[in-house]
Formats: sequence, C-alpha cells, structure tokens
Amino acid sequence: MGNARTLTKLVAATLGMFGFGFALVPFYYKICEVTGINSGDEQSLARNTQVDASRWVTLEFDANTNTALPWQFKPLQRSLRVHPGQLVQVEYEVTNSSNRAVVGQAVPSYGPARAAAYFKKIECFCFTPQTLAAGERRRMPVLFVLDPAMDREVHTVTLSYTFFDTGAKAQAAERREAAPHG
Amino acid sequence: MSDAAHAPDAHGHPAPPGGIMRWLTTTNHKDIGSLYLWFALIMLFAAGSMALLIRAELFQPGLQLVRPDFFNQLTTMHGLIMIFGVIMPAFTGFANWQVPLMLGAPDMAFPRMNNWSFWLLPVAAILLMSSFLLPGGAVAGGWTMYPPLFIQGGVSYDLTILAVHIMGLSSIMGSINIITTILNMRAPGIALMKMPLFVWTWLITAYLLIATMPVLAGAVTMLLADRNFGTHFFNAAGGGDPVMFQHIFWFFGHPEVYILILPAFGIVSQIIPTFSRKPLFGYASMVYATASIAILSFTVWAHHMFAVGMPVAAQLFFMLSTMLIAVPTGVKVFNWVATMWKGSLTFETPMLFAIAFVCLFTIGGFSGLVLAVAPVDIQLQDTYYVVAHFHYVLVSGALFSIFAGIYFWLPKWTGHMYDETLGKWHFWLSVVGMNIVFFPMHFLGLAGMPRRIPDYALQFTDFNQIATVGAFVFGFSQLVFLAVVLKAIKGGAKAPARVWEGAEGLEWTVPSPAPYHTFETVPAVK
Repeated sequence: MGNARTLTKLVAATLGMFGFGFALVPFYYKICEVTGINSGDEQSLARNTQVDASRWVTLEFDANTNTALPWQFKPLQRSLRVHPGQLVQVEYEVTNSSNRAVVGQAVPSYGPARAAAYFKKIECFCFTPQTLAAGERRRMPVLFVLDPAMDREVHTVTLSYTFFDTGAKAQAAERREAAPHG
Repeated sequence: MSDAAHAPDAHGHPAPPGGIMRWLTTTNHKDIGSLYLWFALIMLFAAGSMALLIRAELFQPGLQLVRPDFFNQLTTMHGLIMIFGVIMPAFTGFANWQVPLMLGAPDMAFPRMNNWSFWLLPVAAILLMSSFLLPGGAVAGGWTMYPPLFIQGGVSYDLTILAVHIMGLSSIMGSINIITTILNMRAPGIALMKMPLFVWTWLITAYLLIATMPVLAGAVTMLLADRNFGTHFFNAAGGGDPVMFQHIFWFFGHPEVYILILPAFGIVSQIIPTFSRKPLFGYASMVYATASIAILSFTVWAHHMFAVGMPVAAQLFFMLSTMLIAVPTGVKVFNWVATMWKGSLTFETPMLFAIAFVCLFTIGGFSGLVLAVAPVDIQLQDTYYVVAHFHYVLVSGALFSIFAGIYFWLPKWTGHMYDETLGKWHFWLSVVGMNIVFFPMHFLGLAGMPRRIPDYALQFTDFNQIATVGAFVFGFSQLVFLAVVLKAIKGGAKAPARVWEGAEGLEWTVPSPAPYHTFETVPAVK
C-alpha cells in the first residue's frame, strides 16, 4: 500500500523527466534567443569583413545654399560616429520657399580635404540636378562608405554641401540654343 | 521437474523451479543480484576483449590489425558496454543482494518488476552486440552518440538506440525498486541516518537515475526520430542544432558519471571501517557530501563542451561549479583516510582494493580538476589525457570498488572463504597492470596524442607500447578473478556468519551462505 504510493510517485517523476527532456528543446532555443548566445555565429556569417571596428570616425554634416537660390537646406543629423568601412546612410532636407519651380545642384566639399579621396558615395542627391516645385519640401538620402584605407590620424570628417541654382544657367543655355544663328 | 522440486521448504515457500526456469522466473533478490553480477562479469570480458584489441592495434604506429572503421566500432562499443553493461549492472547487483540484507527486509519491494529489470538487460546486450554482424558493422560514432554521425550511420545505430532505451528502462525500474525498498521496508529502528552508507549512496544514485535516464531516453528518441521520421531536432540541414544534443546528452551524462561512482563510495565506506576496526569517520558528513555531489552534478554538464563554443561567462560558471565538486569529494577522501588513522588495519584483498581505490580515484579526481579549467581543457580535450582521467575514475574507481565489494561479500554469498593468495595475486596484477596502462596516457595526452584514432605519430610509440603491455597484464589478470569466484562457489573454508572480525551490520547476523529467504520475521535493531 505504501509501496504502491511510492511507485506511483516515482513513475510520475520518470514520465515528468522524460517530458522534461523534450521540453529542453524549446527551452534551449529560448535561452539562446534571450541571451543572444547562439546568434554569435549568424553575426560572424553576415559581418562585413571590410569594416575596421578598431577605430571610430566622427562625421559632421553641413549644408549651405548659394545666395541666389531661394531654398532652405539642412542635414537631418548634425554628426555621427561610424567605423571606416561601414555602410552609412544620412538624409538631408531641402525646401523651395519661392513660388516658382527651381532647379538646383549640390556640390560637396570635405574637411580635411585629404579625406575626400576616401569618402566613397554610392548614392547621392548631388549626382543629378534637383527640380523642386514651388513650396516643395523633399528629403534626400546620401549612401556612402568611408574607405578603411583612410589615414588613422583623421578622426573627424566634415561633409559640406552647397546648393547652386543651375536653373538660370540652364535657361541661359536654352536661350542661346534657341537664338537664331543665321 | 519433479514434485520434490515444488515441495515447500521449511518456511512454507514453494521451492523454486529447477534448471533454467529458476533463473528466468526468479523473483528472489539474491538470485537477481547474482544474475546482475554474472551478466556484468560476462560483459566485462566482452568489452575488455575489445579494449585489448584496441591496445594491440595501438602497439605500433600505422595500421596492423584492424581497419580504422572497425577501430571506431571497438572504441564506441567498449565505452557503451563498460558503462551500461558492466558498471551499472554490477552496482545494481550489489544493491539487490545487499540492500534487503542490510535493512532487514525480506526482499525487494517489487520482486516481479525486479525480474523484469534484469531480463531486459540481456535483450539490450543482444541488440547491441549483434550489430557487429550487420552491414556496416556496429556503431562507430563514439559512446556519446553525437549527431551528425549518429544521424548518418546504418541500421546498427537504430539497434543501439533501442538498446539504450531498454537499458535505461531497466535501470529506471531497478531504481524505483531500490528507492521503494529503502524508504518503506527498513526494519524498525533503522532511521535514515542510521542506514549503512552503501544504502545511502544507492538511494541517492537511484534518484539520480530517475532524474536523468528519462532525459537520455528523450535525447535518443529524438535521434531516432531524426533518423527515421524526418524530424530535425539535431539535423542542421533541416534547421536543427547538433550542439543542442550535446547539452541534452550531458545533462544526463554528467549525473551519470556520479551514478557510476557513488555506489563505489558506498562500498568503500563499508569496507574501510571493517578492516580498520573503527566506525566510519564523519558518517553524517559522508551522507551530506554524497547528496551535495549529486545536486552539484546537475550544474556542471557543459564542462564537457568547452571546445564547442560558449560565452566566457558560461565557461566561468561551469568551470567554477565543477571545481566546487572537489570540496564534498575531498570531504569523503579525508573521512576514509581519517577512518584508517590509528585503526587496527589488516590488509585482506577487499581492503587492498579499497585502499587502491582511495589513492587512484584521487589521482583521477585531480586530473579531472585539471580538465575543469576551461583554457586547459580546450588544449587537452579529445586527447589521451582525457582517456587517462576517466579510466582512473572508472577502472581504479568504479571497477576496483566492485572487486573490493565482491571479495568483501563473496563469503556471505557463497558460504566459502575465497582463496586469499589468489585474491592478492589478482589485486597486485590488477593494480600494477592498471597503472602501466593508464599512467603513460597522461603524458601522451599532454604531448597531444588524439583519442579515438587507430594510428599515431612516431614520437608517441614508446608510451603506447608500455600501455599495451600493461593492458594485457591487466586484462589477463581478470582470469585470476574469475578463478577466485568459481573456486569460492565450488568450495573452500567454511565462512562464519560474521565473516570479518570488524564487520558491523545486519547482513552479518544471517548465516553464510545467506539462506534463500532471510528476515521473514522483522529483526530487532537496537
């Protein structure tokens, strides 16, 4: 009688531990997920080996417009800390505050100037002229990589854009073409 | 079978049937204990022969005797059989014989289940051994059954998984029986803290078995499902994780190594006081040390996996918790030495084996501490240093305690004194042979010789040749042991009820040989 009760308890414990063995499977994955233990190998698979994680570079963003251009132009972030080799995307915002459509194009400059060769832009609004309708506001991305080959002494790079009114020049060119040459 | 065979004996029990049916149908704890011990001895010779074949191949660099694939089958089967077929059944055999005798119980709690527990074992052994004859041969993926090898192998892998299921079932049933007997069937007056230490260690071991064997059963069931039913628990190609198998396996596997050694602690704790003619030093601390080893054994499993990769914090945790186990183990070794301190020592064969156990098991314990250090382990894992370590704890630990126990209780079981001269020959050949085999393996491992490989670089030759010579001395000296046992069964000096001068406990109050039925009236315990 006492033995039967002990037997019942021990059989229940055995079955419970058999179930526990299977419960270890979701438990294992949950622990890996919560602690991030097992994601280590995923990161190593996906990691860009071109990134130089041993140093940081501070990027500063600056935006200007030529006085002839009636636009407000500003970066959406003032500065960023990145590793050389890391793919970085930043955004600028430009607003045409005049009541007519205007064509402008941005020209970048770099400080220090020797960083320019290592500033590899993949996508930039400065590659093409931008036409903004009257009162239009637009966000424009820049996608770039800072070449890890850049001097280790360079700790800060400033990217500065200036928008110029290319519309007037283009109109002048059109006028010249339209003019009769005899 | 004649009518006389069925005639009731003096106590009104029907006499057991004669011949093979006696053994097939027996529910008597002494019969079943003997069956377990004989099974373990046969398996010892089977797995020992495999070890000798391994050592013969390793006598010289290059391949001489066996193909590499067969070599891997030998190492795998040697490990599986020695653990599940020799050490565990032998300890269960001791428990069957001694637990009822030590507690004043007439038999085990569930005699018919006891019969099942034993007779499952030969079935498992046949499944395991017959796989040598199948296409592709026996399992060759290592006794730890790691995927992906264990998912990829042939049909013998399925047979082995089923054999592990059956052996697990057998030891779970045995454990349920032992726990119930210990908790419910003690003679009045035997409080838990008055039980002989052998009974205590088996109580704790049985709980460990119930907690971990089902987990192993679950793990191998998942292997079986991955192999046959298209699941992907461990199959990386299907999104499974082979490392998860190692975690589940070692959750079983580390408590398992204490399952293999705690009953040895119990046997030695019976023998040393007897031949020191002093009570065991620090009985209560022995009980608590055993329990804390058992509890700690659940927190250290990943020290088997340092090289698999885990965060530094986890390595530190498993490294430190592993080292913590040295504390209760040290308490035990201290207590054994303190028991002998200023005792009236005599050195009969059981005592010799027990003292060798204390010395050599401690060496194995220390090399275990070395391996517990994660950075050292990453250097030494899968080398012969590991092989040396676990053979010091399992051969000079578990196996020597089994020899000690057999010599200690053989006169009680057979009614005859064993041949002391032959016993001493067996002891000295074993202890010298064992050290010649396994001590040089420390040096081989430190020098970087990998385990489980049939060939090796030339500079390892000398130590390998020494080890092989020792292996053959050690292996063949077990024939002396067989001779001692057979001789004691056939005859010899009549053993008294109290076989040893310093022996204490209920088992020494019954005549030698112990009658077929004992303690049918509850004994009086002061």
